[in-house]
Amino acid sequence: MQMDYDIVDDYLIVKLSGELDHHTSESLRRKIDRYYSSKNLSNLILDLRDLKFMDSSGIGLIMGRYKMCKDKKGNISIVSTSPYINRMLKMSGIYQIVDVFSDIDEAIKG
Amino acid sequence: MEKSIDKNYMKLEFLSKSSNESFARVVVAAFASQLDPTIEEISDIKTAVSEAVTNAIIHGYEYGEGMVVVEAKLEGNRIEITIEDFGRGIEDVQKAMEPFYTSKPDLERSGMGFTVMETFMDELVVKSELNKGTKVKMIKEIKSQSNRE
Repeated sequence: MQMDYDIVDDYLIVKLSGELDHHTSESLRRKIDRYYSSKNLSNLILDLRDLKFMDSSGIGLIMGRYKMCKDKKGNISIVSTSPYINRMLKMSGIYQIVDVFSDIDEAIKG
Repeated sequence: MEKSIDKNYMKLEFLSKSSNESFARVVVAAFASQLDPTIEEISDIKTAVSEAVTNAIIHGYEYGEGMVVVEAKLEGNRIEITIEDFGRGIEDVQKAMEPFYTSKPDLERSGMGFTVMETFMDELVVKSELNKGTKVKMIKEIKSQSNRE
């Protein structure tokens, strides 16, 4: 599991690559939260395009970050193009609460 | 051409460490590849195995480590997978299988594990006994090549 950050305006962009499961999600969650609060940003974009695998631990991670952003009156959005990941997002109802885009620019424009 | 094999069997036993989650799903996926599944079918199997193994580790062995046993049988175009732990068991299986139900909201578990297994596999049977353990059996039929788009 690898994670890269970028900041554009007041958006923290977190790009994930590799496999997101229970094992990798715990340290990832801590890293995202630490970065999010230290930069004092309110909006978060999770870029999942390079994820090779995600199970329901990823859904838990997204739901938790959704709450975190709401608490700061910010927004969370997801960038995903993989049919497999999108299927997981749809199944779990994430699509109903979080906007999913196909690239970062679209996510920033909202 | 349809890939159908007579019978095959594998058994894998490992310690309930979260670092073994990817190991377990990759082994089962590699074994299932003998049935010549599509990429989507392999993803379904990997995800379902990952959910069941994660449950065994987080819930079965919540208070310590134990062994997780994964078995898979191939017959015709079907794969039957069982994932077993010998941990604390589930008090109310029906409740545990409800979508979004989690006994661990503090760990940010989504409560979607059994729903994912049910959706991605054709059959799911969960048997559990308190303080004895939990056994999850899942079956998936691999569609023949000739039926593929």
